[in-house]
Amino acid sequence: MTKTTMTVNGKSVSAATEGRTLLSAYLRDGLGLTGTHIGCDTSQCGACVVHVDGLAVKSCSVFAQDIEGADVKTIEGMANADGSLSVLQQAFQDHHGLQCGFCTPGMVMSSAALLAENPNPTEHQVRDYLEGNLCRCTGYHNIVKAVMAASDQAVPAE
Amino acid sequence: MYDFTLVKPKNLADAVAAIADGAQALSGGQTLLPTMKQRLADPGTLVSLSGIPELHGVCKGDGGIIIGGATPHAVVAREAAKYYPALAALANQIGDPAVRNRGTIGGSIANNDPSACYPAAALGSGAIIQTNTREIAADDYFRGMFETALHEGEIVTGVKFPVPQKAAYIKFVQPASRFALVGAFVAQFADGVRVAITGASNNGVFRWAEAEAALSANFAPKALMGLTLPADDMISDLHGTAEYRAHLCGVMVKRAVMAA
Amino acid sequence: MPKDGGIGASTKRREDIRFLTGKGRYTDDINLRGQAYAYFLRSEVAHGRINHIDTKTAAAMPGVLTILTGDDFVAMGGNPAGWLIHSRNGDPMKEPKRPVLAHGKVRHVGDAYAVVIAETYQQARDAAACIDADITDLPAVVDMARALSDSTNLVHDEIGTNQCFDWGWIEDNRAAVDAAFATAPHITTLQLINNRLTPNAMEPRASLGDFDPGTGDYKLYTTSQNPHLHRLLIAAFVMGMPENKLTVIAPDVGGGFGSKIYHYGEEAAVLQAAKLLNRPVKWVAERSESFLSDAHGRDHVTKIELATTKDGEFLALRTETMANVGAYLSNFSTATPTFLHGTVMAGPYKTPLIYVNVKTVFTNTAPVDAYRGAGRPEATYSLERVIDKCARELGIDQAEIRRKNLLTPDQFPYQTPVGLVYDTGNYQATLDKLTDIADLAGFEARRATSAKNGKLRGLGLSTWVEACGIAPSNLVGVLGARVGLFDAATVRVNATGNISVMTGAHSHGQGHETVFAQIVADRLGIPAESVDIVHGDTSKIPFGMGSYGSRSLSVAGSAMTKAVDKIIAKGKKIAAHMLEASENDIEFKDGSFSVAGTDKAKTFGEIAFSAYVPHNYPLETLEPGLEETAFYDPANFTYPAGAYACEVELDPDTGHVTIASFACADDFGNVMNPMIVNGQVHGGVGQGIGQALLENTTYDENGQLLTGSFMDYAMPRASDVPYYTVDHSCNTPCTHNPLGAKGCGEAGAIGSPPAVVNAVIDALHRAGHSHVTHIDMPVSPARVWAAMNQA
Repeated sequence: MTKTTMTVNGKSVSAATEGRTLLSAYLRDGLGLTGTHIGCDTSQCGACVVHVDGLAVKSCSVFAQDIEGADVKTIEGMANADGSLSVLQQAFQDHHGLQCGFCTPGMVMSSAALLAENPNPTEHQVRDYLEGNLCRCTGYHNIVKAVMAASDQAVPAE
Repeated sequence: MYDFTLVKPKNLADAVAAIADGAQALSGGQTLLPTMKQRLADPGTLVSLSGIPELHGVCKGDGGIIIGGATPHAVVAREAAKYYPALAALANQIGDPAVRNRGTIGGSIANNDPSACYPAAALGSGAIIQTNTREIAADDYFRGMFETALHEGEIVTGVKFPVPQKAAYIKFVQPASRFALVGAFVAQFADGVRVAITGASNNGVFRWAEAEAALSANFAPKALMGLTLPADDMISDLHGTAEYRAHLCGVMVKRAVMAA
Repeated sequence: MPKDGGIGASTKRREDIRFLTGKGRYTDDINLRGQAYAYFLRSEVAHGRINHIDTKTAAAMPGVLTILTGDDFVAMGGNPAGWLIHSRNGDPMKEPKRPVLAHGKVRHVGDAYAVVIAETYQQARDAAACIDADITDLPAVVDMARALSDSTNLVHDEIGTNQCFDWGWIEDNRAAVDAAFATAPHITTLQLINNRLTPNAMEPRASLGDFDPGTGDYKLYTTSQNPHLHRLLIAAFVMGMPENKLTVIAPDVGGGFGSKIYHYGEEAAVLQAAKLLNRPVKWVAERSESFLSDAHGRDHVTKIELATTKDGEFLALRTETMANVGAYLSNFSTATPTFLHGTVMAGPYKTPLIYVNVKTVFTNTAPVDAYRGAGRPEATYSLERVIDKCARELGIDQAEIRRKNLLTPDQFPYQTPVGLVYDTGNYQATLDKLTDIADLAGFEARRATSAKNGKLRGLGLSTWVEACGIAPSNLVGVLGARVGLFDAATVRVNATGNISVMTGAHSHGQGHETVFAQIVADRLGIPAESVDIVHGDTSKIPFGMGSYGSRSLSVAGSAMTKAVDKIIAKGKKIAAHMLEASENDIEFKDGSFSVAGTDKAKTFGEIAFSAYVPHNYPLETLEPGLEETAFYDPANFTYPAGAYACEVELDPDTGHVTIASFACADDFGNVMNPMIVNGQVHGGVGQGIGQALLENTTYDENGQLLTGSFMDYAMPRASDVPYYTVDHSCNTPCTHNPLGAKGCGEAGAIGSPPAVVNAVIDALHRAGHSHVTHIDMPVSPARVWAAMNQA
């Protein structure tokens, strides 16, 4: 075991790791940040998406030691400083963009990365960008709506 | 997964030395990690290539653009667009955005998954695979499913792509993995057309000589009329029979010509 | 307009705040001091005889605490089947024991036969790799038809057959149905497969067992849709302990769709290991284990025949189905292909004569059980597909043939020929609404536009009804259920007027914490914010049966309503005492108890406070406290119904199908929270599109699972579906529950698959491929292309 240090949600943190410790395990087991979820073992479901140095990555597919010193942001760091929901999080609630909540952290992190890259995505671009995030509850309708609404764009009434 | 020691050299020489000792290279890891999770690989030591500046980046060089082996797909999608739009567009279709931020061209080319996208671009462009010891023409490099000309301990340091006059990649996705069920890369150079197909063949990425000849004579969809590929060596699986893949090859090449 | 927070308001979900900020608490998020980790060793062969399992080397590995095998659980009971079905000849179904860990034989790839408990998960897994299991490979029984005719290779040798039962519904109808077919002017026949699906709730199953040696109490945190049902199954049937020694907690659960109704062996194993080791033991499935070991859904092979007049009037319907139950009977597996399938074969139509035959088959595959819709999607798919084929054969418009045969509003209550009584409905209204919202009149213009783009456009319809709100205990008891299907709620008014509602329903995405608070608040005339919903912990909640079968609102919600009514009645007693009036003169309205015709009143808060500060109560006639429990057992199923339209665009060069639009006009009875109801429909339709176009759990002939990960099992993604158009304004309230609610959870998954497939066939026919009468789901590009190009 070695000690691996990085910045997570603005704070310098460290936890013991083995070579095989995934970033997702580092966050969940090492730091107790259980908002990052594990939904598969083939890097496909996207429930574990976090930002590493500003980029969306699947934390189940990165070794913690490989990103020693990186700046990581997780779902726990997405709310406003006063604890209120960010515009994107609020849009997910307003538009019922989540049901069981399990895929939600990854959806929010991927959507946030999309809006950072492209502040006015089309519906098609939203759907395309969420290619690596599976949701079994919503049929995606309200997730897409939430992202469109968060970027101040028109959404269907229902 | 089995435990291992992770080393993260800061230059190529150290990486080569570590790998020469029997360690395995870790490029983006987007394929290697799932394999390791299934305990199908037990590398002992992994050598991360992510901290080696000389393996990163897209730059214009003599006779084409050179992409560092550890350059993530997202960077290629962004930075190659002005030099080689078809290549950038292909990079932007690999996996999903999060995978594209980690997965690298070197990792993809070294793995040579029969359904991966990059091998089609490399073969279709007549690229040169650069390693720590030599340069290998794409035509000599891809040796069949998951097989390449790489020797033990050899690292893909970069891929040099000649830039064609026109090119396009059209991918028909396997609905689960979103790898290519069939992907066709078509590139028109001054001296002829290259057509590379991924996803279809049991032998991995391949060139379609008849289509190349026809398109070299007339770079138009109608030049492909009547051309078909035999289904004999095509992959047949849950997602499509060999006959279907053979058929899709024709459709995808035609669409690539139209898109180029 | 409903007031915000009350019934009918699209109140935003309160649970979202924790889910959106990473503060949800799912089973894998819970860690107990000193916990050890379990890894289950699973069979790599579909069928094998276990000769010997040598654990010596593994037991000596670092960190290993214990290794258990099937031998360690032989004294325990089997995981039982919840429904006893009888064959046509009167024989009870075959019920082989389903042990905690495989014993004697392994019966499917993924069948767990040993568990290693170690200090860390990785150590447990490392050690499992060193277990030396001597297992003789036996021929696998995979194909259902071959399994039925095979008397040599048996999944369970002791029962002498691979058939579980051969069920007729209703056997007395059979002769009349056959006679109607013998003279029918037209018969349409269709062979189809309802494809096997893997539920794939995004949260994999997980269990954390704990044992308190001081009290002898067990505690299980697990991914459950019904913690009390889990407690009953584990305590009373499998482990053989009084239920009051076991607490089952289902915390936040990341989706279920049926797969988390059932008790699985891993749960009993971690409890037993926790006791043996005197340490908490945790197991979390990797997704690949979920694919191998979660109960799958569907997997029917059906021949359906529809007898009609030349004008398309339905005369009789007959089906023969083989339904896969897999290697063991999962808890509801025998109900799904029978009473959740045969009983709804009438659909929304007035077909006078129906006979359903179902043979269930053991195979060397994972158990198959209820998955969203459970039986009703299979019935609806068969019916809506054969009707479509019939319409084409007779040259009748697809909407017209349905309209002609739909029950009319004056026919309710309607006794179907397959055992149900539909209480209410208006199927013309939903079809009319669909015609409007889907703009069916504009289809031809859209088709022309698609054609210009080189695409074939098709339109598919489905009109459907389902039986849910599961279920009236007296009825299901007759049908073979071994449990009651009531639900329960306790409403506890606290001293300062806030309320805790303990419910037997369990929310794993449905938004109960919001909706139930709306219902209670609305009835009590108080703000929803002062109502908290407590669910998922058997030590807190009354004995309820949990959430599945679109039952939470209509059954548990009704229990809650009854409990609130008891609170109001008790409040009136208290108010009468406080206001020195007769109880009969007390009125309750908008949160206030008043004496009729006077301005004397007490607020709800004052009544609550008084109940817990009963300084001058006449204790002989008035008990302190304000807490009531009610159990509710429905009088009938509920019958949501709807009309769905799907438009597809088909790429003739590749066979690829795109969903161009999808519209739903549903009748769910009274709607509590329209936003949540819409979300349920979206999700159901998304899964239905997944079944129709993408998903297919596939085993090879040796019983190896070919779709063991998301790399090969195609889940619908955001780019595979469109924005859906949904409407639930046509409603005929349920006549027999206090909320008038019918349930909406399964509807989308039931109504959508046939609409999609009908649309694909329609597109092909309109383009001249009239030889294509059917394509089995998933309607993949390869299958469409093959169908277009078949000779």
